[in-house]
Amino acid sequence: MATQQTQLLARTLLTPAVALLFIWMIVPLALTIYFATLHYNLLDPGSESFVGLENFRYFLTDPAFLASLQNTLVLVGSVLAITIILGVPLALLLDQQVVGLSIVRLMVIAPFFVMPTVSALVWKNLLMHPVSGLFAWIAHLFGLPAIDWFNDAPLFAVILIISWQWLPFATLILLTALQSLDEEQKEAAEMDGASAISTFIYITLPHLARPITVVILIETIFLLTVFAEIFVTTGGGPGLQTTNIAFLIYSQALIQYDVGSASAGGLVAVVLANIVAFFLVRIVGRNLEA
Amino acid sequence: MARMVTTRRKVISTAAAWLVGFLIFFPILWMVLASFKTELEAFAIPPSFLFFHWTTENYVTVQERSDYFHHALNSIIIAGGSTLIAMLIAIPAAWSMAFSPTKRTKDVLLWMLSTKMMPPVGVLVPIYLIFRTVGLLDTRTGLVFILCLGNLPIVIWMLFTYFKEIPKDILEAARMDGATIGRELIYVLTPMAVPGLASTLLLNLILAWNEAFWTLNLSTLEAAPLTVFIASYSSPEGLFWAKLSAASTLAIAPILVLGWFSQRQLVRGLTFGAVK
Repeated sequence: MATQQTQLLARTLLTPAVALLFIWMIVPLALTIYFATLHYNLLDPGSESFVGLENFRYFLTDPAFLASLQNTLVLVGSVLAITIILGVPLALLLDQQVVGLSIVRLMVIAPFFVMPTVSALVWKNLLMHPVSGLFAWIAHLFGLPAIDWFNDAPLFAVILIISWQWLPFATLILLTALQSLDEEQKEAAEMDGASAISTFIYITLPHLARPITVVILIETIFLLTVFAEIFVTTGGGPGLQTTNIAFLIYSQALIQYDVGSASAGGLVAVVLANIVAFFLVRIVGRNLEA
Repeated sequence: MARMVTTRRKVISTAAAWLVGFLIFFPILWMVLASFKTELEAFAIPPSFLFFHWTTENYVTVQERSDYFHHALNSIIIAGGSTLIAMLIAIPAAWSMAFSPTKRTKDVLLWMLSTKMMPPVGVLVPIYLIFRTVGLLDTRTGLVFILCLGNLPIVIWMLFTYFKEIPKDILEAARMDGATIGRELIYVLTPMAVPGLASTLLLNLILAWNEAFWTLNLSTLEAAPLTVFIASYSSPEGLFWAKLSAASTLAIAPILVLGWFSQRQLVRGLTFGAVK
């Protein structure tokens, strides 16, 4: 029987991937849950004991948690706002007739392909350095005092760097969506005497609603766990000013070696990400049927 | 029918687009310029934009002092290895879901996608401890393994969307002509799937090359790829701008070239087909 044979084959081919992903998802997660209920510090081996929800109580009432939750939300919200508010006009611009468009597009996309450690260090040193950075020199040209970015506005500095990395992503997706917009609809609106602004508000913007949602959801998933940029520029400081949840968990795990508390924090991060993932999966799923 | 575009409007949008493009690209350009300066000039105020003493000594020093190629090789092995293994696991899976879908296929796909949503930091502790116990910390094997699993959902998804576009009639025709599944795979499916396979490979190479959570946390020296090598420049005592720039330029150049080739697939791969 050809079809039965095919189906058996199909299942056999699918199994390794499913099994691997299942193990990848279940084993570490189960261990995280298990560790989260233990008093477990790597510096104090042999003292592991069951403490129930104590780690969660400790992690959630730690002032560092509230600070890092706030930083996480500010960071995610700001980068989303910046990349979309700049990304929409940029995508509209690249959708126009531009001489040498392919080169312009390459320049716009480039930051997305730069590894996070490189972009963070180049921005921190070559651009944002308070004495020898290019921004300090530009400020000086205008007779303004130089900004000591990583002391005076550390979180904002991190936000700027990350926005630079993600602006190309937002722009590219919005541009792709714009190019699928029916030209005739716009033409008809123009013939009917619609102004450029009302064409934008009533035709272009509604068309962009879905891609904007997708950008928001995907960026949020990546931005919730921003790590490398903070790791190489500020190390979470000064104080806790640039510590986000991901960095807090990292420092509890690999600096303080507090496995129990870091695991509890890890689960909090999983829950946060899942709230976003829930919506993204639904949108993608709806698209799968279409 | 194309809209009438006045010359004036075209000139304005061209000028605006080039200006914005240049501004966005500028940090990269500035880094490349700094890599050809002496340390003194890289630090100088006012900065020199083009009229400085061009030198390639930084590139030589980066290799001599820090064994750049060792880390570049690590990057190649880790990114290449993890991507290839992920492809080997994903191709059969995506093939089976695209050509023999069952009632559960959609659920399986969405479940795979949801594994990608798991924040890496949520499982950092157990992975670190497992790696420590079995001696995988700071090994290329360990990183290949983790990055392979991390990117597997994206690889499967991208391949699935490409495979689904291959017309099924052709496969049926081949089957009618008596082709076995093996032959069908090699002579019919593969040639049609090559573009999709290539783009998937390319995008995931890029993602793995730039991965900077697991690499920073699970490797220090021996297995450290370029992401970690560059991070070592962040310590204040080792702050050499021109050398940092040279090392960075080398680290991003190959991937920038690949990235420019794969910009169309980027949208598809990272939005899981939600934007076309």
